[in-house]
Amino acid sequence: MNNVLFDIVFKRLVMGIFILFGVSLLITLGVEALAGDVCSAMLGQAAEPSTVAACQAKLGLNDPMHVRYWHWLVNVIQGDLGTSLANNREVSEQIGKRLGNTLYLAGTTALFAVPIGILLGVIAALYRNSAIDYTISTTTLTTISSPEFFLAYVLMAIFAVNLGWLPAISNVSSSMSFLERLEVSALPVATLALITIAHMMRMTRASIVSLLASPYIEMAKLKGLTPGRIIVKHALPNAWSPIIQVVVLNLAYMIVGVVVIEVVFVYPGLGALIVDAVLNRDLPVIQGTAMVFATAYVVLFMLADVLSMLANPRLRHRR
Amino acid sequence: MKFLTGIWDDLNLSARIGLGIVAFFATFAIFAPWLAPYGESEIVGDVWEDFGYFSGEFFFGTDQIGRDLLSRLIYGARNTMALAIVSTTVSFTAGAVLGFVAATMGGRVDQFLSRIVDVCISIPTLIASLIILSAVGTATSTLILVIGIIYALPVFRIARAVAMDIEVMDYVEAARLRGEGLWWLMSKEILPNAMTPLAAEFGVRFCFVFLLIASLSFLGLGLQPPLADWGAMVRGNADGIAWGFMHPIIPAACIALLTIGINLLIDRWVHKASGLRDDQ
Repeated sequence: MNNVLFDIVFKRLVMGIFILFGVSLLITLGVEALAGDVCSAMLGQAAEPSTVAACQAKLGLNDPMHVRYWHWLVNVIQGDLGTSLANNREVSEQIGKRLGNTLYLAGTTALFAVPIGILLGVIAALYRNSAIDYTISTTTLTTISSPEFFLAYVLMAIFAVNLGWLPAISNVSSSMSFLERLEVSALPVATLALITIAHMMRMTRASIVSLLASPYIEMAKLKGLTPGRIIVKHALPNAWSPIIQVVVLNLAYMIVGVVVIEVVFVYPGLGALIVDAVLNRDLPVIQGTAMVFATAYVVLFMLADVLSMLANPRLRHRR
Repeated sequence: MKFLTGIWDDLNLSARIGLGIVAFFATFAIFAPWLAPYGESEIVGDVWEDFGYFSGEFFFGTDQIGRDLLSRLIYGARNTMALAIVSTTVSFTAGAVLGFVAATMGGRVDQFLSRIVDVCISIPTLIASLIILSAVGTATSTLILVIGIIYALPVFRIARAVAMDIEVMDYVEAARLRGEGLWWLMSKEILPNAMTPLAAEFGVRFCFVFLLIASLSFLGLGLQPPLADWGAMVRGNADGIAWGFMHPIIPAACIALLTIGINLLIDRWVHKASGLRDDQ
């Protein structure tokens, strides 16, 4: 590691921490400023004024805003995200359990989706403008453009209802073995994989094809190398940077974007948790979950930038 | 007429298919009251009556409380598309104006706006809209405003980048030296030259907004019943799938088909706006 690279990476990390702080400020202040009357909304119009006042005192809504943010920040650093309004359980405990499930879903999907996505991208670039390329590109455009729940319900209708091979509802529990878990979560994993494979394939194809016009590829062609060798040995190394970017961004999507998919398959993950919390107006849970999502998003985006810099050969040597 | 045929000749096959799909749905949306066989929230049959197609009473059967699914789809096309168009317009107006201001004024104003957008854009779109809508409610006007503001952020970035390129041109410099004000620079010098990339971007953003609205109403935070809305129709009929009814797939397929249509149509447009040539 040399100085130029280190400087850039360090700057990006500092920027990331700054953004994370800003996001936390925005989420907590935003939620609390917007939900001034959360107590009366929760307890209903007919609630006694004393009940509403007690609820406001419990939530600390009587303190000025900067005091509330300070309290919240101190508590969060100590790992305390407050208690849920709906069931009085610790928010951090609830999130911890659900986060594991969501990470399992994302991890399993990544295991299948990343190699398949890159491989299909290379194949489409190799046989570009042929029937194979056309088929892959049209299919992926379709999966990208359709809403997640469309794919999810189509898969459910085929594999769970008509064929009866897989369960329609992903009721995972911690006592299951790995294989049982895999079977139960097969449909959400497949839905998620279809979407992310499409993104990664398109990016891989586009970044390889855009390199194929450059003079050094022309040279390789004139030397008489086979198309496969040109793409794998000559074009791919220079295309890594955008490919890594899109892979990491898709990892972010797998963690954050699963909200709808988790709701469809009643999968006990973070996404389903935040949707329930939103419908119950359960502020501490919304705040905590949103913070986890935003952190995952910011950290992975940062990682994408840093990794694609590391993959850039021009930065590996001192000027 | 010549202008229109000119555009048609310019489109390739996939863009023509896209245009056909969009025109198909737009026709239904515009003429909804005349084309729908039943009223928007009229209960006309039993729960989940089967598809009748052309012979039966109900083309796509009835929904979870016995309303005609085809009529709901037609009115849903109108409601969902109108909501998406208005929200995208709001986000473009806000995003483009602020982006142009940042690019034209530069300095501290630019720094200030750009840093705020950097932070806000780090919150995932769906999560941000869930939080805000849970707090402010889901009246139609609030919905438009919230989605408009959330998508104004990426529009700001693009408008700023486009305007930055134009801002360094000599004619902008000349207008500045003439003593023209900020509004003149933005509307008479920058806007006309930024139109093509921004128009292509409008199509792309419209798709995102449309999908976000579909997801939100699927999660129960979109247009409120009894208004017909495709995303909410998927959710409402979802339980039917366990009994083998394909009713929730139909509105979901409409959403997918319309987004694919728009994507096919604008793919060509984005391609042209980016200045790429075909002969590679």
